[in-house]
Amino acid sequence: MMKMILTGNESAAWGARLSRPKVVAAYPITPQTSIIETIASFIANGEMDARYIRVESEHSAMAACIAAQNTGVRTYTATSAHGLALMHEVLMWASGARLPIVMSVVNRAMAPPWSVWTDQLDTMAERDSGWIQVYTQNNQEVLDSIIMSYKIAEKHHILLPTMVIEDAFILSHTSEGVDVPDQSEVDEFLGEYDPAFKLDPDEPAGFGSLIMPEGPYMEFRYKMALAMEDAKKEIASVVKEYNERFNRNYEPFIEEYRTEDADAIMFVLGTIGSTAKDVVDEMRKEGHNVGVARLRYFRPFPMEELRKMAKKTNMIGVVDRSYSFGPGADLFAETKSVLYNHTDIPIKGYVMGLGGRDITPKILKKVYMDMLKTAESEYVENEVEWVGLHGDERWSE
Amino acid sequence: MIEIRFHGRGGQGSVIASKILAKAFFMEGKYVSAFPYYGVERRGAPVTAFTRMDDKPIRAKYQIYEPNYVIVLDPSLIDAVDVLKGIREGGYVIVNTVKSPMEMAEKLNYERVATVDATSIAIKHRLGSQAAPIVNTAILGAFARVSGTVKIETVMDAIRQAAPAKQEENAMAAKDAYESVNMGGD
Amino acid sequence: MPIVLPDDPTAIAKVPSTENKTGGWRTFRPVIHYEKCIRCYICWKFCPDAAIHFAKPEAHESPKEALAKFDTVEINYDFCKGCGICANECPVKAIELVLEENFRGDE
Repeated sequence: MMKMILTGNESAAWGARLSRPKVVAAYPITPQTSIIETIASFIANGEMDARYIRVESEHSAMAACIAAQNTGVRTYTATSAHGLALMHEVLMWASGARLPIVMSVVNRAMAPPWSVWTDQLDTMAERDSGWIQVYTQNNQEVLDSIIMSYKIAEKHHILLPTMVIEDAFILSHTSEGVDVPDQSEVDEFLGEYDPAFKLDPDEPAGFGSLIMPEGPYMEFRYKMALAMEDAKKEIASVVKEYNERFNRNYEPFIEEYRTEDADAIMFVLGTIGSTAKDVVDEMRKEGHNVGVARLRYFRPFPMEELRKMAKKTNMIGVVDRSYSFGPGADLFAETKSVLYNHTDIPIKGYVMGLGGRDITPKILKKVYMDMLKTAESEYVENEVEWVGLHGDERWSE
Repeated sequence: MIEIRFHGRGGQGSVIASKILAKAFFMEGKYVSAFPYYGVERRGAPVTAFTRMDDKPIRAKYQIYEPNYVIVLDPSLIDAVDVLKGIREGGYVIVNTVKSPMEMAEKLNYERVATVDATSIAIKHRLGSQAAPIVNTAILGAFARVSGTVKIETVMDAIRQAAPAKQEENAMAAKDAYESVNMGGD
Repeated sequence: MPIVLPDDPTAIAKVPSTENKTGGWRTFRPVIHYEKCIRCYICWKFCPDAAIHFAKPEAHESPKEALAKFDTVEINYDFCKGCGICANECPVKAIELVLEENFRGDE
């Protein structure tokens, strides 16, 4: 094991390298570019034995990965925002074709207005794609999650492609200390790729064929649903094994910090969940009982764990770094749907940080105070709050 | 936790300096975080970079607004950018300049200023060219002295590991700056 | 707490790019040595920024009498980003790239 200082993107490149994909097909887009540049360097220097395919678009990147994976090799790619959106059509194919591709997605805002900064709309918009989605809070987690994702996805009863998601700039371009596991340790943990099926001239077959309405189309989709459900057990066991082998302590689904006797818990994806821990400590010192629950897996959605967490508290404030133009933003809407009939506590949605707007402890503190007020009154005023809009004094100094 | 902000122009190595400093802290067993102002960069334009250091894991995932130290690689930036913005009470500014701390303090209207002629040190060690000397390694030596938060030997080691060329010259530039930085009356 | 919203429905930039002077981006400045310039206009043709324009023949010296009647060229330093393509393409090497630092304060 080596301790290195790596940016989030370098960490992703290392996670990919250690997982030994045989094909990497990718197209550059800020702020993902240094992932694939680093991988290209590894390959050019002979440090990584993979074929790098320089494609002309993200749509082609995913198409190439699908084809390569279908021949029976492990593949990797990475993208962001409009690149992910361009891939959308083929993302659907990858999951329906049950190909355990692992892809890094660097969360970035959708344009217009044009923005390269962090925002979760790009991956939220793919929550229906059938891909497993895991969100990270530091560079160590970026590296580790890629390796774990291959192991989980490649199980023959799972076989679902996975997005490992990191915040733009806050992780992608920020250098942190990272433990890089030994290749031999990862080899032992991950093993060789064992495809459940593959293109083989000796055993000819057609993949993704036409199914009539009376044929098993629904049944195939139901099998995907079962796989996504089964993934929960696999995630728990793979994370446990990884923790033991590599000396980490990841919670598989929801990382809870000081939630035990919390009057209000913030439920959040990504790096805001990291900053929030400092805020929780500060507020606890001031006598406020608050906690933060950072969700890692958005797909599959850990319904049981969320229902258990809701029992501990009097109020949940759901933070979304995106908006869906419906009944609030996506994490908020799904939280309410999961907790319907399982809790009476007030649940409120907070939309913040869009387009990379910086989320500081000062802002989070104000959000917590609003959450505590809601907990006490047991009444939700303004179900969805947009936090930090210009001119809105409530969230500033 | 200590927060440091670097001001330079694109191409002067401010971002690399923030990473080398992080490396030095890391080598002394600290937790670190280093990042540029998240934006599109280009040569000549003002660049801001940051380093955080702490004895425990850094959970802060937001920009630095109240640095303890400000390092200015190019004095011409003082007219273009508010280099003192948000500096914490008691915070120190380190400027690459031929001027004295007193002169700089008057120009900045701020007392705790240290100055070092990193440009001459870089030229002496033939780092970069006469017109575009590489001052980012030298100025880290000055920072080590002024802040006392990291040993000069560690900074020199981090520089040796990071410099793509002239490793020893870059390290010696840091040492020279360490020895010649002027902290004024303070 | 009146929220301050932009007037337009989406991001519409109304400042023309002619007001976005990019000359400050240069590390190296191309300088034409007019005593060598044969007024072939290859630099004008290749400049990716359209930062080279024609100037009256008498604006600069010319190496030969025969050339003196043709328009000469000038570089618009407000927009030249210093890519160096003109210097690279000039068939008589009449364009020299000089460190921009040496010009700071000259204008």
